[in-house]
Amino acid sequence: MDNEKQYLFDNPKNIQRVLYLLYICCGILVALDFVIHRHVYHSWENLPIFYPIYGFVGCVILVLIASWMRTFLMRPEDYYGPVEELDDSKIEIVDVSHSHAKEANNNNNNNNKGDNNVDA
Amino acid sequence: MWMLELPPFVLFLIGGLIAATTRGKLRGALMIAIPILGGLHLWTVPEGVHLQLMFLDYELVPYRADKLSLMFGYIFHIAAFIGILYSLHVKDTVQQVAAMLYAGSAIGAVFAGDLLTLFVFWELLAFTSVFLVWARRTPAAYSAGMRYLIMQVLSGVILLIGALFYIKETGSIAFDFIGLDSIAGWLIFIAFGIKCAFPFAHTWLTDAYPEATPTGTVLLSAFTTKVAVYALARAYPGTELLVYIGAAMTCFPIFFAVIENDLRRVLAYSLINQVGFMVVGIGIGTSLALNGAVSHAFNDVIFKGLLFMSMGAVLHMTGRINGSDLGGLYKTMPKTTILCIVGAASISAFPLFSGFVSKSMVMTAAMETGHDWVWLMLLFASAGVFHHAGIKIPYFAFFAHDSGIRANDPPINMLMAMFIAACLCIGIGIYPAALYSLLPYDTGYNPYDATHVLAQTQLLLFSALAFVWLNLKGKYPPELRSTHLDVDWVYRRLVPNILQRMFAVIWKVDGDIRQSVRGKLSQCQAFLARQYKEGGSFISSDYPSGNMVLWVAVILATYLFIGFVS
Repeated sequence: MDNEKQYLFDNPKNIQRVLYLLYICCGILVALDFVIHRHVYHSWENLPIFYPIYGFVGCVILVLIASWMRTFLMRPEDYYGPVEELDDSKIEIVDVSHSHAKEANNNNNNNNKGDNNVDA
Repeated sequence: MWMLELPPFVLFLIGGLIAATTRGKLRGALMIAIPILGGLHLWTVPEGVHLQLMFLDYELVPYRADKLSLMFGYIFHIAAFIGILYSLHVKDTVQQVAAMLYAGSAIGAVFAGDLLTLFVFWELLAFTSVFLVWARRTPAAYSAGMRYLIMQVLSGVILLIGALFYIKETGSIAFDFIGLDSIAGWLIFIAFGIKCAFPFAHTWLTDAYPEATPTGTVLLSAFTTKVAVYALARAYPGTELLVYIGAAMTCFPIFFAVIENDLRRVLAYSLINQVGFMVVGIGIGTSLALNGAVSHAFNDVIFKGLLFMSMGAVLHMTGRINGSDLGGLYKTMPKTTILCIVGAASISAFPLFSGFVSKSMVMTAAMETGHDWVWLMLLFASAGVFHHAGIKIPYFAFFAHDSGIRANDPPINMLMAMFIAACLCIGIGIYPAALYSLLPYDTGYNPYDATHVLAQTQLLLFSALAFVWLNLKGKYPPELRSTHLDVDWVYRRLVPNILQRMFAVIWKVDGDIRQSVRGKLSQCQAFLARQYKEGGSFISSDYPSGNMVLWVAVILATYLFIGFVS
């Protein structure tokens, strides 16, 4: 499969571009917070960059709590009963472990959302 | 177009018959035609009571149209159309018939003007929809369908009992505002709550929906919970308790959604989260909040349907739905990827997408009525929904690590259905006035002011930033092949285990008692046998016969003596 087509995010540079775009957007939004006057209903909204902080911290806490929940909620897949076998006969699966090993590594290290723990 | 007295659900019942008796292209064409015709007809239907019947002493109202029921009527027709188009390639009569009857039951329920009619459609919803789960034809789907059916029927039975109490208390069976002032009110509230997936009663949803067929889940996500939302909006607007229940519903499922591996189960949790926003809106009960709840239900049917359709397409094409088995599908399923991202942006309430124009109404209403903490919870839930439905779903299915799967985009009918849903998502997002004009109240609300747009965009992009940061740090929980326990563990494991142990003890005690009684009986037997065989007296070799003869002789002697003396 060496001659397999190169796709958009096979190139780590494209992933970096997406990430930079996100960082720039975030920066602009923070800057806008000081420019645009907002109607304020709630006293907390008076805090500078309340929404960005709330969004970021909220999500980090969400993920940390959810990860902790795994310690006591996670069971094997067949806990409630046997699991169906996957049927590989009808779909095409290319081997990405050898020919794309290097790229896959690059992908994992630099992926736009950095899933370096997904294969783990 | 035809008689105004003909309730809209009748067309779908006829559709069920047609689906059962026809095959092939004819069936497809007729099934597609029914929601279109029904929808066009409904558009011309004015408000008012269009059909009344007398049943015993009560007045049944199977067809009552007002702004609230018409709104749900429209969206159910749209959902039926999209769902049927999406499942046009399916050659399974059971599913096609069930789909038609299920859509008809949902439409019947929202136009029901009395509690008995509502009850009938409430139960029909359960009995028709379960076939969409069973149609998967796996053992897991069968047992999940059974559990689903039991919960749904339980909800129906409680509704019936509540309705009977209500009739006794008020002498009326009209389905209007009920409130929580009486036993009847509470019973009906609980019945609605089960179907609405209130916390602790929500597991039928996360249990059964991911087990249904790829096409079935799309229809399931549209109807059952939205009928419950409609019923709550009709009977319990302004009930303070609903604010807190709804706030809980928005928050707790996102934790489960983050760690869940089955992507359709992630969407099922996210469905509860979205219904939570509607429930909060109903609980607040101001005209803005109710508008928000109803319009969010309208939008949710479309964008949640779109997300379930995109995941259904993945399942249909690859046979996989676990995040751990997928990834990199954008390479060969680009259309599905884009359509899924539109759905993800809509559910996350990005400005210019449909979720934004309806969710913001509920949030604004929460703030205006002084529910500060609830507002903060809703804000957290908004960030969370972007995290699990907006990023996780498209990311793990279509990007993430390359799974090597090279599946193509799904058949044209599936793509068309998703495309129509995506157009509606964007259309409503860009031009919300069209949706607002259908709402029950006129509030003059405008979602697109600088405050809302800026706040929402900041919230969402920094949630995305958190996702990126966590992933780069390796702190994001990886997708693992696993089962996560939820409340259904209580009735799938705990109660069966307790019963098993209890019965083990009962059987043991029972066995011991039988054993000892049997021992005593055989001792008696042995004693008697001994008396017969060994004992004996001077008259007979048997002890009892000898005894008898002896005593008969004594009695005769006594008689003789008495006779002689007297």
